Amino acid sequence: MQVGDQIAELRVTPDRYLTVRYAGASGDFNPIHLDEEFARQVGLPGRILHGLWTMAQVARATTDAGGGPQSLHRLAVQFRGMGLPEREIVVRGTVAEVGPDGTAVLHVVAEQDGRAIIRNAEAEIGPS
Amino acid sequence: MTVSTVAVGKAYPPVTYAVGREKIREYARAVGESNPLYLDVDAARAAGHPDVLAPPMFAVVYSAPAVTPAFFDPEVGIDFARMVHGGQEFRWGRVVVAGDEVATTVVVKDISERAGNGFFVFESTSIAQDGETVCVGTWTNIVRAA
Repeated sequence: MQVGDQIAELRVTPDRYLTVRYAGASGDFNPIHLDEEFARQVGLPGRILHGLWTMAQVARATTDAGGGPQSLHRLAVQFRGMGLPEREIVVRGTVAEVGPDGTAVLHVVAEQDGRAIIRNAEAEIGPS
Repeated sequence: MTVSTVAVGKAYPPVTYAVGREKIREYARAVGESNPLYLDVDAARAAGHPDVLAPPMFAVVYSAPAVTPAFFDPEVGIDFARMVHGGQEFRWGRVVVAGDEVATTVVVKDISERAGNGFFVFESTSIAQDGETVCVGTWTNIVRAA
């Protein structure tokens, strides 16, 4: 792994009921993720994705790049905008630093319709 | 808005979460993980683990019962109608496996106001039954200006 290398791109399209399954799996039942009418009432375009689900896609791309579940040591993200169901998300990452001990820092972004919904994500990967 | 910083430094008692195999599998499927180490107990054991591994972001699941009461603490004073999740950081220690019991404590790290928006920062520390720190999380919630 060298500075400037791209990690494998991850593409995923959350289906219509993904937010329901993720709510059950995570325990986050905020109605902005589940109830179309409620989401509109609070000024959203409709039900939005859980930010932490999108962060999990960033984690998936970086653990895949790092060589497995134990390779991800740190992940920090900023949430921007809103992710929507039924539209493709693309996660892209670049190697920003490589350490002598086999660690690397990746800069990652998650986009939907060409807009960043997670930006300035920084992942530290390395041997477990 | 005017935020109150009275709760900064406040700590909440630990909450213990028992990590179950089927919960890990449910979570892994919901986030699209296909690695057999998360899903297949035989594959996990063949790789030298006692049971299936939790994906790193499963930290959300074992931390939530400790973090949520802090978010809802009236002394912290978050207006949920105007709250957005602004940022998140996790630092991981040893991997969590099914059968672990993870105790999480939460502290209010910082409360501040910038350009009319309130920033509420919480830190969670999750420690397994063997005393190993498995995850430290930093949760930033932003309450938008009215």
